[in-house]
Amino acid sequence: MAQNPLTEIAQQEHEEKKPRCLRCCVAAGCLSQGSDGVRKALQEAVEAEGLADEVEVRGVGCMGLCSRGPLVASDPEGALYENVTPQDAPSIVAALKGKEAPALKKGSFQIPFFIKQLPIVLENSGRIDPERIEAYIAQEGYQALQHVVRELSPTEVIDEIIRSGLRGRGGAGYPTGLKWSLVAKTRAERKFVVCNADEGDPGAFMDRSVLESDPHRVLEGMAIAAYAVGATQGYIYVRGEYPLAISRLQTAIRQARKLGMLGSQIFDTGFDFKVDLRIGAGAFVCGEETALMASIEGRRGTPRLRPPYPAESGLWGFPTLINNVETFANIPAIVRKGADWFASIGTEKSKGTKVFALAGKIRNTGLIEVPMGTTLREIVIEMGGGVPDGKQVKAVQTGGPSGGCIPASALDTPVDYESLLKVGSIMGSGGMIVMDEDTNMVDVARFFMEFCMDESCGKCIPCRAGTVQMYRLLNRIRNGEATEDDLHTLFELCDMVKRASLCGLGQSAPNPVLSTLRFFRDDYLAFIKVRATDHGG
Amino acid sequence: MSVEHQTATTAPPKTDNRWKLLEATMKRHQYQPDALIEVLHTAQELFGYLDRDLLTYTAHSLKLPPSRVYGVATFYHFFSLAPKGKHTCVICMGTACYVKGAARLLAAAEQAAGVKAGETTPDGEVSLLTARCLGACGIAPAAVLDGAVAGHMTDDVLVQQVKGWMEHGAESTH
Repeated sequence: MAQNPLTEIAQQEHEEKKPRCLRCCVAAGCLSQGSDGVRKALQEAVEAEGLADEVEVRGVGCMGLCSRGPLVASDPEGALYENVTPQDAPSIVAALKGKEAPALKKGSFQIPFFIKQLPIVLENSGRIDPERIEAYIAQEGYQALQHVVRELSPTEVIDEIIRSGLRGRGGAGYPTGLKWSLVAKTRAERKFVVCNADEGDPGAFMDRSVLESDPHRVLEGMAIAAYAVGATQGYIYVRGEYPLAISRLQTAIRQARKLGMLGSQIFDTGFDFKVDLRIGAGAFVCGEETALMASIEGRRGTPRLRPPYPAESGLWGFPTLINNVETFANIPAIVRKGADWFASIGTEKSKGTKVFALAGKIRNTGLIEVPMGTTLREIVIEMGGGVPDGKQVKAVQTGGPSGGCIPASALDTPVDYESLLKVGSIMGSGGMIVMDEDTNMVDVARFFMEFCMDESCGKCIPCRAGTVQMYRLLNRIRNGEATEDDLHTLFELCDMVKRASLCGLGQSAPNPVLSTLRFFRDDYLAFIKVRATDHGG
Repeated sequence: MSVEHQTATTAPPKTDNRWKLLEATMKRHQYQPDALIEVLHTAQELFGYLDRDLLTYTAHSLKLPPSRVYGVATFYHFFSLAPKGKHTCVICMGTACYVKGAARLLAAAEQAAGVKAGETTPDGEVSLLTARCLGACGIAPAAVLDGAVAGHMTDDVLVQQVKGWMEHGAESTH
């Protein structure tokens, strides 16, 4: 291997770069709206116009504004085209030559949705071809890994991550550097690094987008972590529901191995690290770390009591570091730009940025990355464009089935780990679902309870039986058969399940009920009152 | 599904290439019991569903008790122990889709197919399924029709598709 293979590859990429580029999103959202056909049509149109030497047609990852896909952007003009069809391709290419094309639906990158973002995790997303390692390297990819393995000691790496203040992006917000140091301290003949890509919260698609748009970033983050904690084997546990993410990861692993960024003697040092994929088989509970490890070992994905924590005894009893996709994706940037830079972003206790998946009753659905501390109002009203059809926001749901519904009156809450807890929700992995005045909150609570009831693994009784009883009570309320006593029973059950369940699934299953009971009690009482005045229901 | 493997116990028929492919997968994983989920994924891909013989064969090959294999196969939603219909319609029931009317879509599809979610029409044409979340929230409500994700789904489009499959039984769209 050459002294600095990265510089060589990056240089070659820059030399071969064509002056203009049409970027066409080929992540799952746009693909399902036919963007593959758009990309082919653009390529044909470019060739037909004799511009093949001048214009590159590039399939890229997610540009964020999924509701207006398929999206095409042109560089260096910075034009954005929305809802593009293959028939639009000739007009888009003609527009490159300065010809006006009134039939095209033009968007803009100069709207709050884009300008209020601060992309770190998503910096390459929508820009580079996710299926080419060279494209990632040209964006300073794998430089952090090279620097780490050649010039830093594992302790120095961990110190840097601790100083950055990065906290786990999977939801709980445990300090990442501290977790790394625990695994590093444990002595063992083998250690593992696991990437949790079992993004199970309904309404969350951040990790899917990162894996589809910039898979090498996650691999680089994992390799740096492995060096820091002393692991030689890594696993990425991906949901089976994400076939595109799986195939792009497979491609990325193959390419990285070929160029010597994974495998043995990485960057000509003594550091070895291998990564394998494990495909989930549809069990929400496998997002819980001990259940996830059981699943990697080929068993039923049931959680176990902690301690011992995975840092002490994880996969096959060996110390194991588990972080989520977004956490790993932050690592290369922190190493490259420094802990101080990262720590300067965000709030006092929540550093950096957070990726959110905006969905539900909102104009601009899609993916955004904002500094911690941005308020919900900025995200939902300014960036998201508010609720369509002149309706009002009723609630914002964060944290999926483990989170809560934040009322419109608390829209000025900043998004950081502590503030969201204070309003009865959690940061969660980043799903953010907007609900309008037509949404009934008892329905929402029942929806999440049905989810938890189905997904309960059945190992501990509070969760297995408690979720069923809570679901039944919610049904009774919804059908107008409940009394005020039932509300008390529901509240008590919530408390019991929360305290007595074995794992996070059960402990947090009552959250959607508790938060809706707290902020939207009237929605519950409305069903109970109906019965008091009208026995017919 | 073929009849021959219904009678197979531990030695699969050599004539069926699918068994060889399954064997190759197990070999690649060095018959490690840890690879059970990987092997079941491959088995379902090859055969469409996991029948008793397939599970028994897997258990023998990986030297696992059949109860363990059965336990894993029934634990995960992805594995199916019964044959699926010729066509599949998966409706996403994730939060974003739910807020945008997925429950109504499901009701319409159930009525059109005459079966409940999780069931297959008696003629074996259509399996109606639900998904937890496809992660396609940006284009909610979403459905997967014969493997292709379709966004901004409406009752009419969905019902037409399901009815089309049932009426033109012999014809296949993909």
